Amino acid sequence: MDNQKIGDLLSTVATVEVVKNTSPECWLVPATSIAEVCQLLYHNPATYFDMLTCITGVDNGPQANAMEVIYHVYSIPLHQSLMLKVVLPRENPEVESVTDIWKSANWLEREVFDMFGIAFKNHPDLRRILMPADWKGYPLRKDYQHEETYRGIKIDS
Amino acid sequence: MAQQPQHRYAPDNLLASEPNKFDASKLKSEEMIINLGPQHPSTHGVLRLEVVSDGEIVKEVVPHIGYLHRCFEKHTESLPYNQIIPFVDRMDYVAAMNSEHAYALGVEKLLGITDKIPKRVEYIRVLVAELNRIASHLIAVGTYGLDLGAFTPFFWIMRDREHILRMLEWASGARMLYNYIWIGGLFYDLPVGFEQRCREFVTYFAPKVKELEDLLIHNKIFIDRTANVGVLPLNLAINGGATGPLLRGSGLAFDLRKVDGYSVYPELEFEIPVGEGKMGTVGDCWDRTWVRVREMDQSMHLIQQCLNKLEGEHKRTREFDPQALVPKKIRPQAQELYTRAENPKGELGFYFRSDGRSDIPFRCKVRACSFVNLSLLPELSRGVLMADLIAILGSIDIVLGEVDR
Repeated sequence: MDNQKIGDLLSTVATVEVVKNTSPECWLVPATSIAEVCQLLYHNPATYFDMLTCITGVDNGPQANAMEVIYHVYSIPLHQSLMLKVVLPRENPEVESVTDIWKSANWLEREVFDMFGIAFKNHPDLRRILMPADWKGYPLRKDYQHEETYRGIKIDS
Repeated sequence: MAQQPQHRYAPDNLLASEPNKFDASKLKSEEMIINLGPQHPSTHGVLRLEVVSDGEIVKEVVPHIGYLHRCFEKHTESLPYNQIIPFVDRMDYVAAMNSEHAYALGVEKLLGITDKIPKRVEYIRVLVAELNRIASHLIAVGTYGLDLGAFTPFFWIMRDREHILRMLEWASGARMLYNYIWIGGLFYDLPVGFEQRCREFVTYFAPKVKELEDLLIHNKIFIDRTANVGVLPLNLAINGGATGPLLRGSGLAFDLRKVDGYSVYPELEFEIPVGEGKMGTVGDCWDRTWVRVREMDQSMHLIQQCLNKLEGEHKRTREFDPQALVPKKIRPQAQELYTRAENPKGELGFYFRSDGRSDIPFRCKVRACSFVNLSLLPELSRGVLMADLIAILGSIDIVLGEVDR
């Protein structure tokens, strides 16, 4: 299914636009309708994106005041990759979880939460995954300040 | 006066930084939380499993990871592209060549120089990556035997793996963390005589695979411990994002070397072994291990073809410089790219975002195969016996360096 057709299909549930200079194609989806879009892509036999390969979080920094969540989906039978992008504010970012569509989203979303502090609504088990549970701050945010000590242990920089 | 250490032993801190998910006081009276790891030989590194058990039955498993977290992705945001390669090595440290290959291919795609890479460079890359794939699978199968109580195969595989490590050391100067595959080329051409030694290794190793199969894979005890254990149905495997031998063990011939056809793999012949449920059900622990052993055969086949090319069409010349195309300055245009390659453990993906103004990536995200594969452990081990939990964990073949990054 070519890019245009996917765009037409996605426009039936949300207002989407294509993101420039990406490989594979990337669609910008409103944050409120990401779960709906994913449901559509997963269930529609013409797209059949049966695998969620990866979820990436991106922080564009305090100046841009935007964070992004990028979903990398892949269809095994149709051999097609696609990226879906959601833009969120840096204050209390929140987006719907896709764990009920793809099981692999569970840990991937937890990682994004851990590193960026993006909350995933209706996630079954949203805890920190890589960092200790009592860690302060979200390390991959661009304005993250390195701690001097961790529990009285000096951190060499 | 020497400075006093500021930290003190405080057990409460440990629970605060990595608390249990389940509350022991809220469990049923016959249930109990058993902690496995993080320092436990059969967790293959620093992995902690919180197991809710009812006698010998595993009710629930919660993996606690992050003990080896070095924040690779944060490091990449302050390093030029070529200096990230040593960090990539340290993710999957038993298959560093494969990770380097995936990374280099990704950055070359970013720069748009994929087609310009000389064939000889590409064949050498595939050669060393396939050697490393064998080494990685040897570790996977050997330590799996160790998990299940078979001690001898481990020594045998370590002996055979040593040949590979010495060859790769000869080429790159390091035994495990190579920094050999560079963006746009290689650190050096292969040493003189490498092809000959590699051929000797292939002759030596072919019967050893058979031996390993007789000793371990078709051993009655091994079959009893692994067949019909930890069955991963194909739909769950795909939905859970499993890749590599985990997915192929469940019966789907999905190998990115064939599917995406990157590098020179389209010019080489090889088959994709899949699980057939020979000893039990399709997708059980035995199938996954069997797929790995069969893949070693295929890697040997690939190595031989690479050697033929490297001694034939693309043979060594005085003029050949593997660093000729290595860019002095790596500044890709502003773009977003997701690229992936087949590692021994599954799909290794890199997401790059470059802003077009600097030599360091704005964002570099790794899709780690071990990480996603490990997330299937709770699904796989609900309701199994305690001993089978170890069998299932071993069959997933994780490397904690990659899980935690």
